[in-house]
Amino acid sequence: MTATDTLTASAKTARGGGAAPQLKVRNLEAWYGESHALHGVDLDIYPGETVTLLGRNGVGKTTTLRAIMGIIRKRKGEVEFEQKSIMRLPLHRIARAGIGFVPEERGIFASLTVEENLTLPPVVAGDGMSLEQIYELFPNLLERRSSPGTKLSGGEQQMLAIARILRTGVRLILLDEPTEGLAPVIVQRIGEVLKVLKTHGVSVLLVEQNFRFASRIADHFYVMDHGQVIDSFPVSELPSRTEALNTALGV
Amino acid sequence: MTTIFGVALPVLMGQLLIGLINGSFYALLSLGLAVIFGLLRIVNFAHGAFYMVGAFVAWMLLSYAGVGYWGALFLAPLAVGVLGMVIERTMLRALYGLDHLYGLLFTFGLALLLEGGFRHFYGTSGLPYAAPEALRGATNLGFMVLPNYRGWVVVASLVLCFGTWAIIEKTKVGAYLRAATENSTLVQAFGVNVPLLLTLTYGFGCALAGIAGVLAAPLFQVSPLMGSNIIIVVFAVVVIGGMGSILGAIVTGYMLGIVEGLCKVFYPEAANIVVFVIMAIVLLLRPAGLFGKDS
Repeated sequence: MTATDTLTASAKTARGGGAAPQLKVRNLEAWYGESHALHGVDLDIYPGETVTLLGRNGVGKTTTLRAIMGIIRKRKGEVEFEQKSIMRLPLHRIARAGIGFVPEERGIFASLTVEENLTLPPVVAGDGMSLEQIYELFPNLLERRSSPGTKLSGGEQQMLAIARILRTGVRLILLDEPTEGLAPVIVQRIGEVLKVLKTHGVSVLLVEQNFRFASRIADHFYVMDHGQVIDSFPVSELPSRTEALNTALGV
Repeated sequence: MTTIFGVALPVLMGQLLIGLINGSFYALLSLGLAVIFGLLRIVNFAHGAFYMVGAFVAWMLLSYAGVGYWGALFLAPLAVGVLGMVIERTMLRALYGLDHLYGLLFTFGLALLLEGGFRHFYGTSGLPYAAPEALRGATNLGFMVLPNYRGWVVVASLVLCFGTWAIIEKTKVGAYLRAATENSTLVQAFGVNVPLLLTLTYGFGCALAGIAGVLAAPLFQVSPLMGSNIIIVVFAVVVIGGMGSILGAIVTGYMLGIVEGLCKVFYPEAANIVVFVIMAIVLLLRPAGLFGKDS
């Protein structure tokens, strides 16, 4: 049994046994201006788990991440992180509570060098990776540390977007479509990085269209439609559900 | 006597120096405007008023408290910076996310209020403020005689401008500022206290105007109108340099001061409008400004 398998197993036990979830979302609603985007989302993430949100485009997956993170302020319901409500915290205090965010558009800053991008997010807890460890994991970034962040290729930018969160020591990462538009070899690399995260005990809430990719790293799945979670199942049930999901998601 | 294009060298040099002095103030003021606009997206029309307040604080420190020039050089920008921060926290903050026009109207009103207030108490005739002992007199450079205080103003403004540039480009706080200028929400989601960064940035921009006011006090008279006299040209400088470009604001400031000075020698009739002519040409050919990025 590898380290990853052990963690997956323990995460499953946590879900089955009475342990408290690390992130507990209940009846979360959110609005973009007047438009009601989330209609009561419920989901749980247990410590060390990788949880994937599935669903068609526009059903509210990205909105769910942004509402949990507090980027969307017009929201209602309950979000608890490590048994404390984070609904009323100002945006900059939510990262400090231990949640990191990797946006879909990656958010690499053009006016900052690669290294400045990497060291931009403040370290919020002591157990993040050091700059040396990160450069070991992403040798490309070391090579290009003085180039402007946006001069990197798409894949390298995605690595940078994930790497800079690894430094902060957050215990939960919200990761929005990390493989979108990237070559298979880069996708594989991102999969490896997510496995490294698991060995560090970091939980991940992943929005992902790439089913096969998600099935290799996720412990649990939630399916969304019309701004709500409509289904939930562990990775072990994935094979028997693949066909139904393909139809439901229109893949 | 040496002449260049039929103009006596000392005359040319004298006008160049005046241009450089004016350029120093343009650079300091447009730099503050650029820093504020870059992060807050607020066109700070009160900038000239803060410059005037800086000069008045220096004058008041001397007249009421006996604090001289060097003390004022530190205390006046501090006072103006704190004033700016209080205004940002209590009023300006409410306007973020609204149309730019609201910020512009608010700061314009603020400028009128400050100007009117000082006018009420001190009139418009202007108050004298002597240069500090150490900087009186002049130095003969051979090709011209340089008043020491003017030399000091040029050096001080260069140090302030490039110091500010270095802080923004080379430090961690500067990296926060640059990143927040691009995407403030994401920077805040990373755990940076962006609201505080906005307050400090506005305070810093206002403090730059305040210190420019202290530098200006011995050169021009301390008057409630000194801000509105200079601010229109400064806005033209910002437009020419490109809104939000730090280096653009600095370089354009000095450059236009010098162009204005040279114009006084070769075609004095146009000296007062040359900046606006350049602005019109730049707007036609490069609407984003000389150093601005098209967006």
